Amino acid sequence: MTTVQEPKTDTFDDNDQKPVGYGRMLRKEDPRLIRGRGRFTDDVQLPGMLHLAILRSPFAHAKIVSVDTSAAEAAPGVKAVVTGETLAGLGLAWMPTLSNDVQAVLATDKVRFQGQEVAFVVAEDRYAARDALELIDVEYDVLDPVIDVRQALAPDAPLIRDDLEGKTNNHCFDWETGDADETEAVFARADVVVQQDIVYPRVHPAPMETCGAVADFDAVEGRLKLWSTTQAPHAHRTLYAIVAGLPEHKIQVIAPDIGGGFGNKVPIYPGYVCAIVGSIVTGKPVKWMEDRSENLISTGFARDYIMRGEIAATRDGKILAIRTNVLADHGAFNGTAAPVKYPAGFFGVFTGSYDLEAAYCKMTAVYTNKAPGGVAYACSFRITEAVYLVERIVDCLAAELEMDPAELRLKNFIQPDQFPYTTKTGWVYDSGNYEPTMRQAMDIAGYAELRREQAEKRARGELMGIGISFFTEAVGAGPRKNMDILGLGMADGCELRVHPTGKAVVRLSVKTQGQGHETTFAQIVAEEIGIPPADIEVVHGDTDQTPFGLGTYGSRSTPVSGAAAALVARKVRDKAQLIASAMLEVTVADLDWVKGSFQVKGDPSKSVTIQQIAMRAHGAGDLPDGVEGGLEAQICYNPSNLTYPHGAYICVVDVDPGTAQVKVRRFIAVDDCGTRINPMIIEGQVHGGLTDGVGMALMEMISFDEDGNCLGASLMDYLIPTSLEVPDWETGYTVTPSPHHPIGAKGVGESATVGSPPAIVNAVVDALQPFGVRHADMPLTPSRVWDAMRGRATPPI
Amino acid sequence: MQVPAPFEYERATSVDQAIGLLERLGNSARLVAGGHSLLPMMKLRLANFEYLIDINPLHAELGYIRFEADEVRIGAMTRHRELLESDELAAAFPIFRDAERVIADPVVRNRGTLGGSLCQADPSEDLSAVCTTLDASCVIRGPGGAERVVGMEEFHVGPYETAVGDGEMLIEVRLPVRKQGGSAYEKVERRAGDWAVVSAGAAVWLAPDGTIADARVGLAAVGPNTTGIPEISAALWGNTPAEELYEQAGAIAARSCDPATDQRGSEDYKRHLADELTRRTLRKAVERARS
Repeated sequence: MTTVQEPKTDTFDDNDQKPVGYGRMLRKEDPRLIRGRGRFTDDVQLPGMLHLAILRSPFAHAKIVSVDTSAAEAAPGVKAVVTGETLAGLGLAWMPTLSNDVQAVLATDKVRFQGQEVAFVVAEDRYAARDALELIDVEYDVLDPVIDVRQALAPDAPLIRDDLEGKTNNHCFDWETGDADETEAVFARADVVVQQDIVYPRVHPAPMETCGAVADFDAVEGRLKLWSTTQAPHAHRTLYAIVAGLPEHKIQVIAPDIGGGFGNKVPIYPGYVCAIVGSIVTGKPVKWMEDRSENLISTGFARDYIMRGEIAATRDGKILAIRTNVLADHGAFNGTAAPVKYPAGFFGVFTGSYDLEAAYCKMTAVYTNKAPGGVAYACSFRITEAVYLVERIVDCLAAELEMDPAELRLKNFIQPDQFPYTTKTGWVYDSGNYEPTMRQAMDIAGYAELRREQAEKRARGELMGIGISFFTEAVGAGPRKNMDILGLGMADGCELRVHPTGKAVVRLSVKTQGQGHETTFAQIVAEEIGIPPADIEVVHGDTDQTPFGLGTYGSRSTPVSGAAAALVARKVRDKAQLIASAMLEVTVADLDWVKGSFQVKGDPSKSVTIQQIAMRAHGAGDLPDGVEGGLEAQICYNPSNLTYPHGAYICVVDVDPGTAQVKVRRFIAVDDCGTRINPMIIEGQVHGGLTDGVGMALMEMISFDEDGNCLGASLMDYLIPTSLEVPDWETGYTVTPSPHHPIGAKGVGESATVGSPPAIVNAVVDALQPFGVRHADMPLTPSRVWDAMRGRATPPI
Repeated sequence: MQVPAPFEYERATSVDQAIGLLERLGNSARLVAGGHSLLPMMKLRLANFEYLIDINPLHAELGYIRFEADEVRIGAMTRHRELLESDELAAAFPIFRDAERVIADPVVRNRGTLGGSLCQADPSEDLSAVCTTLDASCVIRGPGGAERVVGMEEFHVGPYETAVGDGEMLIEVRLPVRKQGGSAYEKVERRAGDWAVVSAGAAVWLAPDGTIADARVGLAAVGPNTTGIPEISAALWGNTPAEELYEQAGAIAARSCDPATDQRGSEDYKRHLADELTRRTLRKAVERARS
């Protein structure tokens, strides 16, 4: 394992190069997206297509007394009105969630969160469908809601999930990891123990494109064709087969272009099922597209972890143990998208990048009358929460020890010779070399100079803060021996065909939502087989066109499908070598692979290109004994471990002492995602994730009033950052390849979202040090920062 | 896509024709100018009108900034962008450019209008605070071309309510011009383009001896309407500008306003901002009046 320091490049001059393999190149998908020729779900138009609108509950918790649809049915243009009762008759009123819970497709007994689906209308256009919703008369008997998560398990708390047999309280699950006794023993003998309550509030992925589907059921063929906004088309197809009882080979799920996912498009939402039912009922294609408010109030949120963190250390700054107790709000139904054996996702990596003696976490998850989920939002399965916890608590320790937070981290890093490193919670970090990454970030930042500037400013009463976060992620789920979603193993197929003229098509099971798969995967194959990326078509998102696999989320595309693409290309190359040996009349062992061609050892004048081999593979003339015609292969890659990217982030903020407004002045991000395939795409993903982080740290939160009304139902209320809130990002990188990944790549999609919030919060808290502030919860709006300056910081929930 | 309830739509051809339509249709009709407040509310079905009368065709007639000897007259259809880009306006009242720079975003500023902003009567509206600060008068035209002129304090009668009647239309805003004046605007927002947590405008006119001949402060987002605070003016009259004076004015602002705790901030914080921003804008307005 080596860490390679490549020169930092800010130039984009080489962007129009088309490397045969890794390197900067413009994205193949961008011309169509930039020129308005992308095709999104809402662009799908079919002859006779009808439109569906969903009636949602105005209450957080209420019994449904009656639903009268007669006026809506009589409205002009209306073709069908469907209620929970109708669905119950078809056995479709409830569906499984990704966490082995159930969720109502349309409410039958009662509604359990504001925005829950109650009925739907199918009409000739979306105006008629929406207008008819106003004519559905639902009588509700309003119940007390459970909104305060801390009261969810109170003895007198209203029971939310009375649909579950024998359920008498709002308890969802308990989970623990690590060794409680061992951790307690270490805490008992530690010089210093710091405890801090830390809230990661509810935030929303808020993709630019909302969720939606077009369902086209052919009653004669018994075939369902479904265009939908899904990050995981194959997993969805199997689930539809299970939910709707349709045979899987008669279901085609197509994910066309997707306008951002961020985890929001992993679950199956009731709306998708409604569209299918709508098409079956009317015999016509049916389109459903959420509006913005529906997306914000009803689809998968993220976080909502109330954490108590404790850290034990020696007086001289050796971290000994971390312990945490978490109360998790899972909303009305447990819709968490995570491998089944990991109900808290990969939160177990809360031990961070540090060499500890012990660690322990105890978690209790509860139901509340809020939108279901706990899904994602670029969280790598709860690693966002874990990294925030550890990086915040380490800063609290630094404050307690009066030690520089960079120095404290450097002192406690897992050392390069300790990899593979098994954490106290059982995660096997594949590779890492943390100090060079940290040092590079400090160099770019001019860390010592920043601290000097800060001291001068403090003397003048100015508020400047420097925040550090160092993260290790666990991505690329995952090994099928212990990771599955509803019984589906998390291995990915990949298929590669080289056509006679040497052009190729690679078929993936994963699906881009903006990550640039059509470029990255072409480059992975190009690197292995020497065909230029422009000559490689990447096919993805259509279950009829691609091999099975679990989809794109948790930064898993490159770690899992990227490995599959490299290996399938090597398989094709191996076959090409056999054919080349026949063409050049030498043994296989006498051939050298020089990217794009096989050469006879010692005689470079004798060679054949991959294109010539492809023609031979499909053409006339004999092939070597036992070699079939054609040049193609298929594989299914089962990762042996997760991959563990890391990074060092430094944020510099200025806080206006008069208004408490936070300005992010600088942000330095040094990422190590192993082998870098397309640096421009990596930088793009990092820039986006950092912007996400600014949003979460400073402004984003889905909040509720005491009645359970969602207060973030529009983008006027739920703020997401603009270019004016973010600085020019300063990025750097180190390269520590993954030892078990065929090309050493680790995945980077979520690194910046995971790593940036603690850096920003740490910076703000650091700026407020003159006021004695040790912690302040996100979102750090001016008002909340002002409260912190006055010594009355409060949790946001 | 969020879809509004059904409505009828008509494009106005002249001010009087629009007023005629309003008179005939009563309160089931609404004028739409830039539409950036009204249309989102209609899409959310928080506002439902049977008729929309689009007055964008009247931009040629009502989009102007005219400089008279003792006042500036601005047509109600003058767009934010035109207010932002007018150097003459910025010279006469720098508060306009200060405010326009922090109103929404370029897309909204391309469409949104001065008249629409005032008639929306949102308690957080920036141009309402600017007009309050500058002691503007609003020209309202009614049936038969009858015009009446009301001050800002009368113009706003409550949140989202104005003195403009069913058959009437705001057509012009008049700003008195006085010598040796300076003005400034400051806004605290959670994010660029958001409504103000609190914003403040200040205008100061100096006497030849350098004392304050007149001063006005207008606050937004701290009460049912944008608020002018006469007590501040009274405290400043005849005094020489100084930090202590601004502090005194800030203290009056903090106790005179009526903010409510919401997602943008706590009541305490908003009072603090009323104080802080009053001081900042007065300081800057005096600097500008002196230069």
